[in-house]
Amino acid sequence: MTVTDPAPDAAAAELQEQFDAVIARHDRVEPRDWMPEKYRATLVRQIAQHAHSEIIGMQPEGNWITRAPSLRRKATLLAKVQDEAGHGLYLYSAAETLGASRGELTEKLISGKQKYSSIFNYPTLSYADVGTIGWLVDGAAICNQVPLCRTSYGPYGRSMIRICKEESFHQRQGYELLMTMMRGTDEQRAMVQESVDRFWWPALMMFGPPDADSPNTAQSMAWGIKRDTNDDLRQKFVDMSVPQAERLGVTLPDPDLRWNAERGAHDFGQPDWDEFMAVVKGGGPCNAERIAHRKRAHDDGAWVREAASAFAAKGA
Amino acid sequence: MTDDHDSVYDGLLGEDDSHWAFGTSFEDPLAGVDTTIPDGADPATLATYCLMLGDDALVYSHRLSQWASNAPDLEDDIALANTALDLLGQARLLLARAAAADPSAVPAMPEGSPVPAEDSLAFFRDEPAFRNLRFVEPENGDFAVTIARLLVFSTYRLALLERLASSSDPVLSAIAAKGVKEVAYHRTYAGRWFVTLAQGTPESRRRLEAALPLVWRHHDELFATHPVEADAAAQGVGVDPAGLAGEVGAVLDQVLATAGVERPEVPSAGPVAGGRGRDGRHTEHLSRLLAEMQSVARAHPRGQW
Repeated sequence: MTVTDPAPDAAAAELQEQFDAVIARHDRVEPRDWMPEKYRATLVRQIAQHAHSEIIGMQPEGNWITRAPSLRRKATLLAKVQDEAGHGLYLYSAAETLGASRGELTEKLISGKQKYSSIFNYPTLSYADVGTIGWLVDGAAICNQVPLCRTSYGPYGRSMIRICKEESFHQRQGYELLMTMMRGTDEQRAMVQESVDRFWWPALMMFGPPDADSPNTAQSMAWGIKRDTNDDLRQKFVDMSVPQAERLGVTLPDPDLRWNAERGAHDFGQPDWDEFMAVVKGGGPCNAERIAHRKRAHDDGAWVREAASAFAAKGA
Repeated sequence: MTDDHDSVYDGLLGEDDSHWAFGTSFEDPLAGVDTTIPDGADPATLATYCLMLGDDALVYSHRLSQWASNAPDLEDDIALANTALDLLGQARLLLARAAAADPSAVPAMPEGSPVPAEDSLAFFRDEPAFRNLRFVEPENGDFAVTIARLLVFSTYRLALLERLASSSDPVLSAIAAKGVKEVAYHRTYAGRWFVTLAQGTPESRRRLEAALPLVWRHHDELFATHPVEADAAAQGVGVDPAGLAGEVGAVLDQVLATAGVERPEVPSAGPVAGGRGRDGRHTEHLSRLLAEMQSVARAHPRGQW
């Protein structure tokens, strides 16, 4: 006897309807729930990009672990880089619930098929950069990520809650490092200012291109994957960072930055979007090094992973 | 779900610092601890002994931290960073104990320098003043070399700390008791990987067998008693490492047997003009390691971090 699928179109329409209702209620979509293929693909792309950013982000800060100038800072920095590996792990696990394995995503990172946050294509040139990355880069990441705690896909949202809590530690530690350095010598204060000068604009770029040039934003917002536009988040970041810079005693390198009482917000200049596009396309200062480092570590570790699989397969 | 998560950024300028993971300013790791020297112990001996164990942890932690972002898999990146962090924590306590026992062991800093004693010891001592074993100095090599070295070192250090927990110095005793739990995990991690590599693939076994002689060259130095160690043991504050050889050997033989690997027969690395690591005579690796580790701190001897 042949069982025919009764009215597949009607069934698909019903599934779509249930999915739409979950999104409309701001409820969570869970791994076993039906979801549109494009929703799944968008999530895999976004979660993978986020996971890759955590893993590539270990490099610029890891660059200073062996030179941290006090034992306490060495411990703080090593723990932070370790946390980033942990974040990568949660996120790859979230992607796995959508059917994308860690190994497969890592291959896509190494082959350049998937991206990571462009900010990590800038070099870390002084110990102050460890603090600036904590304050501005982790700060911008938090602005981007806090709304994702409410994202529609359950495993992603739950990962983000934990990640945001840890990121806020990192941001505080970074800011506290800069505060301490500002109380130190003239050379240290100059080091902090120079570092902030280099990272301010790339930090603003972390929110992505202006809304008018961001083709994926509308669909992602409709699906509840993304909750705020790039420009809204950028504005929020600037408004929060200005008083923090004042307290720190550094100037932000933007001649157009001023309070606009009418808007109740700061006006500010635009980052160099040509530079942004160049970095995204591989032309940043460190793109090649970051991928080469990741590829080397992955390739060097292949025999170890193979040994672990072989040993496990023996059932020992 | 509420919007509570939004506050993580806004709270940056708040005054409540209690939840900052590593504190907000330098605190003496031994703050509030009674650092009186126990009866019968010589302060200089105690301080040098603490430097020996502290430098082992500091130098080895530094080496293991170089695996960050380089490990075969994320789980191992995390585990090796964790091991490095544990050892760094032990180093901080031991260097602080050395400074408290004998302030003259701490290098003199320019007047007004805010550098705390543990950092003066770590960043402003020159190579001959480092008392660590040569065992911990070489480059990491591949994962097999790292695992073989970690297995031997953690087996040795666990046996040492277990005995040191009954030191007559309550500070050393407390440091050791805490360290035992940490190093027991390091040994378990290394032991599991050791067996896995030995029995995984022909390639992993080949690499492990190539790693063992490299690591074993400095094995005997672990158990060569330095006069300061002998004095510290006689005074009741320290442990004579010669007495650990039997136990450590038995544990290592058990792991080697489980893995089906022979104990390597290689000549031990000899002394330099009669001295070894505990005498301040090191391998060629240590000066480069220190040049890197100390570079930023030394460029800013009055810096605050």
